[in-house]
Amino acid sequence: MIRLERRKAPSKAMLWLTPLLAVLLTMIFGGILFALLGKDPFAAIHMIFIEPFTDSYSQRQLLIKGGPLILIAVGLSLGFRAGVWNIGAEGQFIMGAIGGGAVGLALYGMPGIWVLPLMTLAGALAGFAWAMIPAFLKVKFNANEILVSLMLVYVAENFLRAMVTGALKNPDGRGFPESRSLAQYASAEMPMLIKSAGLNVGGLVAIGAVVLAYTLLARHRLGYQIKLTGQAPRAARFSGVKPGIIVAATLGISGALAGMAGLFELVGPAGKLTTNFPLGYGFTAIIVAFLGRLNPIGIFLAGILMAATYVGGETVQFALQVPAAAIRVFQGMLLFFLLAVDVLVAYRFVLKKEAK
Amino acid sequence: MDFSSIDPISLIVSLMIAATPILLAGLGELVVEKSGVLNLGVEGMMIIGAIAGFALAVETENPYLGMLAAMGAGAVLALLFGILTQFLLSNQVATGLALTLFGLGLAALLGHSYTGLKPPAVSKLDIGFLTDIPVLGRIVFNHDAVVYFSIFMVIALWWFLNRSRAGLVLRAVGESHDAAHSLGYNVVMIRLAAIMFGGAMAGLGGAYFSLIRVPQWTEGMTAGAGWIALALVVFSSWKPGRLLIGAYLFGGISVLEINLQIVGVGISPAYLKMTPYLVTIIVLVIMSSDRRRASLNAPASLGRSFHASH
Repeated sequence: MIRLERRKAPSKAMLWLTPLLAVLLTMIFGGILFALLGKDPFAAIHMIFIEPFTDSYSQRQLLIKGGPLILIAVGLSLGFRAGVWNIGAEGQFIMGAIGGGAVGLALYGMPGIWVLPLMTLAGALAGFAWAMIPAFLKVKFNANEILVSLMLVYVAENFLRAMVTGALKNPDGRGFPESRSLAQYASAEMPMLIKSAGLNVGGLVAIGAVVLAYTLLARHRLGYQIKLTGQAPRAARFSGVKPGIIVAATLGISGALAGMAGLFELVGPAGKLTTNFPLGYGFTAIIVAFLGRLNPIGIFLAGILMAATYVGGETVQFALQVPAAAIRVFQGMLLFFLLAVDVLVAYRFVLKKEAK
Repeated sequence: MDFSSIDPISLIVSLMIAATPILLAGLGELVVEKSGVLNLGVEGMMIIGAIAGFALAVETENPYLGMLAAMGAGAVLALLFGILTQFLLSNQVATGLALTLFGLGLAALLGHSYTGLKPPAVSKLDIGFLTDIPVLGRIVFNHDAVVYFSIFMVIALWWFLNRSRAGLVLRAVGESHDAAHSLGYNVVMIRLAAIMFGGAMAGLGGAYFSLIRVPQWTEGMTAGAGWIALALVVFSSWKPGRLLIGAYLFGGISVLEINLQIVGVGISPAYLKMTPYLVTIIVLVIMSSDRRRASLNAPASLGRSFHASH
């Protein structure tokens, strides 16, 4: 009989091997899925996992698509480590785009290098404020932050709809539900720093967030308190860590980062606010955070890999005529397998004869 | 503005229809949580139920077979969650989220070719003279079978949890899995059964959307109903009777919101659409603010993994 036995200490090797194992399992079962859809599984897997890293156009897309994912996931991971579950990053992403976008649209046409920084600040503030709602309700009224932050995603989606048909609607847009195009406003354009690598300002900020989060966790007092709260909440309270501060800090940071990601998406790939603006990055970032083991460097790698599934997913969609949803199944599968093989970190399987 | 176009009787009737899916899913989740497991995948199981039920109903032209399929599909997806959390001891919050993300994706993939089709109609109860009673007839005697089933389940679950031995064992597992284990109960198997029951109920709730309430298939059509059901369980303090009240309250709000849109109160429909979600938040805040009362009826082992060390 096979049974689980708790390891004396979590396995370091398994900590890094399990994400790879999860990717491998996703390739196998994803391949089966494509075969069931009547598509060539080997071609599909090659397009999703290999081609984005070899093709030069796709390579550039990796950082562009991975940037927002990494930015959001780094913030989420801080909360997840402390047992604060911000599931509403998608809402904070949307509010960041609306808040920052509103500033850009108000200044529309006005030149100045301070325009984009101001928009970014507004985006971060809007995301921060949106995340402070569940934080406040959690600290003050003990309301579950998972449900509150998630409900606010739906509120934000409807607020976006209200904005693009109302206050932020393009006055010359012949009634289409969309804002003016920020892509045609030079001062609000996101500068591309290294064209060959696809590194724009958003990507640079994402990398900066990775470094900052790493330093915070390794060197800073707040980082230590976050880790302690997650691992031993009682011990943390006895040693003087205020749970309310941890809730507010982790939700606030993740909200601000998600808001910034939303603004970068708006001034980068999206170009304008429409009802189709939300792409689910806020949810995919949850997968990225776990796949990266809630570790900033791991999250960077996981973000690039997840970006590859987006880039490759688009190729597959056109080349093999697969519905867009297939790639979301793929991403969900990845998280499932990761959580399944996670058991190997703290436990090992042992073969035991039934003792009579 | 003309409020006279809102007919109070049809308002109550459509309130019951709007409430039924969240009531079903909420009842399932209530049992799951009573066994000490927190499954955040309700939304994923609902949407899978919605497409599985729709697909089979369209293929067989029998809505009831579709509903059975929806329950089966919900239970299978829940079983995945069960295997991960009960055997592989994965984090319940993360696994529940994974279930929702996976379910939404899979449903969109499966539903790709079913967009725009019409499902077979579900007949309503019609007992001639009883249904013809003014006011009461339409409210009490003129619904589809699922509405009656959901109300029956409220009573059945109340009886199961409070009056039956099996219900007592289920609650014991949820209060203290270690104590239940030492008494010789199979904690993992009892929890798996509860999880699958929760999946079946969520699946049926999802099918109610695609087969009766809407009725057609659109991507992401459950629109957060699974999450509202989760909040309802907190609202109900884990009591089936209160869950019914909560579900009908929410049904009322969403129906009112639609009616106000039709009447045209001069507010952008996007703002009106926020109301169910905002009300959910307000309700959560009110129910949770008294910490002592909130935890009074909550299962003590909720969300904790169980691993028998011997």
